[in-house]
Amino acid sequence: MIESPAATEHIQAHPALQHHFENMEQQREAGTLGMWVFLVTEIMFFGGMFLAYTLYRSKFPADFASASNHLDITLGAVNTGVLILSSFTMATAVWSTQVGKRQTQILCLVLTLLLGLTFLGIKAVEYYDKYEDALVPGQLIPGRPFGPEVAQEGDHDRHKLHLLPGATVEHVQMFYWIYFAMTGMHALHMVIGAGLITFLIIFSVKGRYDPEYHSPVEVIGLYWHFVDIIWIFLFPLLYLLGRHFEH
Amino acid sequence: MRAIEAFEPPPPSKVNYINAQYGLKSWLLTKDHKRIALLYLGSITFFFFIGGLYALMIRLELLTPQGDLLQSTTYNKVFTQHGIIMIFFFLIPSIPATLGNFLVPMMIGAKDLAFPRVNLLSWYIYMLGGVITIYALLAGGVDTGWTFYTPFSTTFSNSYVVATGLGIFVNGFSSILTGLNFIVTIHTMRAPGMTWFRLPLFIWSHYATSLIMILGTPVVAITILLLAFERVARVGIFDPALGGDPILFQHLFWFYSHPAVYIMVLPSMGVVSELIANFSRKNIFGYKFVAFSSLAIAVFGFLVWGHHLFVTSQSVYAGMIFSFLSFAVAIPSAIKVFNWTATLFKSSISYDTPMLYALGFIGLFTIGGMTGLFLASLATDVHLSDTYFVVAHFHYIMVGGALMGYLGGLHYWWPKISGRMYPEGWGRFAALVIFVGFNLTFLPQFVAGYLGMPRRYHAYPPEFQVFNVLSTAGASILGFGMLIPAIYLVWSMRYGKHAEANPWHLPGLEWRTQSPPPTENFEHTPIVDWEAYEFAPPEEMEVVGRFRRELETA
Repeated sequence: MIESPAATEHIQAHPALQHHFENMEQQREAGTLGMWVFLVTEIMFFGGMFLAYTLYRSKFPADFASASNHLDITLGAVNTGVLILSSFTMATAVWSTQVGKRQTQILCLVLTLLLGLTFLGIKAVEYYDKYEDALVPGQLIPGRPFGPEVAQEGDHDRHKLHLLPGATVEHVQMFYWIYFAMTGMHALHMVIGAGLITFLIIFSVKGRYDPEYHSPVEVIGLYWHFVDIIWIFLFPLLYLLGRHFEH
Repeated sequence: MRAIEAFEPPPPSKVNYINAQYGLKSWLLTKDHKRIALLYLGSITFFFFIGGLYALMIRLELLTPQGDLLQSTTYNKVFTQHGIIMIFFFLIPSIPATLGNFLVPMMIGAKDLAFPRVNLLSWYIYMLGGVITIYALLAGGVDTGWTFYTPFSTTFSNSYVVATGLGIFVNGFSSILTGLNFIVTIHTMRAPGMTWFRLPLFIWSHYATSLIMILGTPVVAITILLLAFERVARVGIFDPALGGDPILFQHLFWFYSHPAVYIMVLPSMGVVSELIANFSRKNIFGYKFVAFSSLAIAVFGFLVWGHHLFVTSQSVYAGMIFSFLSFAVAIPSAIKVFNWTATLFKSSISYDTPMLYALGFIGLFTIGGMTGLFLASLATDVHLSDTYFVVAHFHYIMVGGALMGYLGGLHYWWPKISGRMYPEGWGRFAALVIFVGFNLTFLPQFVAGYLGMPRRYHAYPPEFQVFNVLSTAGASILGFGMLIPAIYLVWSMRYGKHAEANPWHLPGLEWRTQSPPPTENFEHTPIVDWEAYEFAPPEEMEVVGRFRRELETA
């Protein structure tokens, strides 16, 4: 068999080149495609929940609107902004790794991490509010089952549930299960993303990435953008629905 | 034709992937796709025999009409666990994780899969899922049927639904990672000159299988997760008592579980395409049709899940569309069968053991596929739904199809995997026993089901006994037949004849390296300048000549 010309390139191979790849280009391509394929599986994973949401929202529009109106739209909107900003810093981190600006790279990664943690902090505040109002569905929290106070006509207490005509508490509970399942799964992905970025920061400080070898930053960046996009869908679907019933 | 045997194979170098390193640690921490394939081979064989034990219990119970050997609740657990073990822990990983893992890099001329660590991780995830499931079985088992239909599974069943579900959930990720690895490997790791249409059909079918794995498995993962929460915390979307719809569960479940049938049978079709072309020494008839029919099956396979819901409240119009699409998915399958048959026409067939399995596959898969059309028709399905007709149909696909392909492939590549030949006489004998035993087990079930014998009961009216006695007799033969390869393959690892690099004299890349291969598969990255299945017609021997020259220069 004829010897491949690529095989001789091993002599000056980059230290990060794994033995089974011919060159850095192939390794980078494999990593990027691998992440894209993984993101496809993530879409299908969240897709099951989006399907359930779509089905029951069309079945119980008033119930879902009532439940959605109780969510804190300000915190949700701030969080959306935080995430979009973090996507920007992440993209800048990828760019600065590619062009070899290490200081910018580390700074942007740290900023991304901080913004991610801010998101999780605000999310925790929101979750705590729901816990206070006994809106955590079923027996997810032992000792505090679902049981919100329902507001009467003319009562404007923010902590009580305002039901639109035709809405039932039972279906509001279903909305909150879908809300907690989807945002909880999203938050879990954020936590994993924050862990991955921490790992990137450590190796960036050690000077592991250079314009030749930057695919980990790129691939984790892809993941981070994906988690953002999920939120971009979740925000309007969960927070902004049925506002027109009220106004 | 036989002239190809004239050349001397290069003396095999002593170091290969098996003896490159020793010790338990070198296996448990290996990143070599070939060693991981062997880890999988051992594990799935273990689960196969557990699943087989449950099958034995089912058949013994059904020998007599009275429910005497097992109580009804025990019987429910036995058939559930037979299904779960066989489907999730044997059939789905069977060909992809063993033969696919071993051969995908070798057939495309790569040193390993794109992500060797992910590959090892997938085996550990598989084992973790297996351990959780085994725990659930030992703790008391599960009785919902492998389908976990709600609200029985969420509310009424008193068995280990959550633990079993968790085992399947975890196991799903091993399947996702395998699929991901294959897709990336096939896209980015092909050797120079290995164009898409030079790929062996085994690779095409694995590509299609991987698509289903990555698109379908996450859906069943989230479904099972939601089911577990619903059972534990009484929050939910499936239970009518919580305002949910159990039919949604069935839709989500079958969105994965119907395509999962193609995860089982597509790799088998890939194996059979290899076997048919190689053992009839002829380029496959209509290469592109066979290749694209795999993709067509993967795509159409995602659009037919509703035929499992014909007898539910699903809208009749949806039923008509699903029925039509289910008929449509038969077309690419039929293309394959047609092309295999056309390949056999006027070729020089050798009836070695792998070829016997391949020929068995064509017949059994055709029966399985055609009876599937009975079930895809709206009206006949009402009569046949939940009877033994269904049981017989899907066993013809899963055992007659998937398992036959797996055994054929295992024999075919055994010289490459182990470096030893299996005993040919015993191999042919076992193939025959398995074929006879299989048909005797499941043909009578078509009749029993058509006459109205329902599935999933431990007792039945006495008029069905004759079919069940035949079936149990067949199952005994089948079980005996399965033991034969298990014994002689293990035997051959030590006592078998040493295999040469290319014992079948074939052009594929995996045969152009020593048996067993070295850790990096090839001494140098090969450059491919031949088409797939490029067999020399007897009068034109230059291809053989070139193949010989390459081996001499190597």
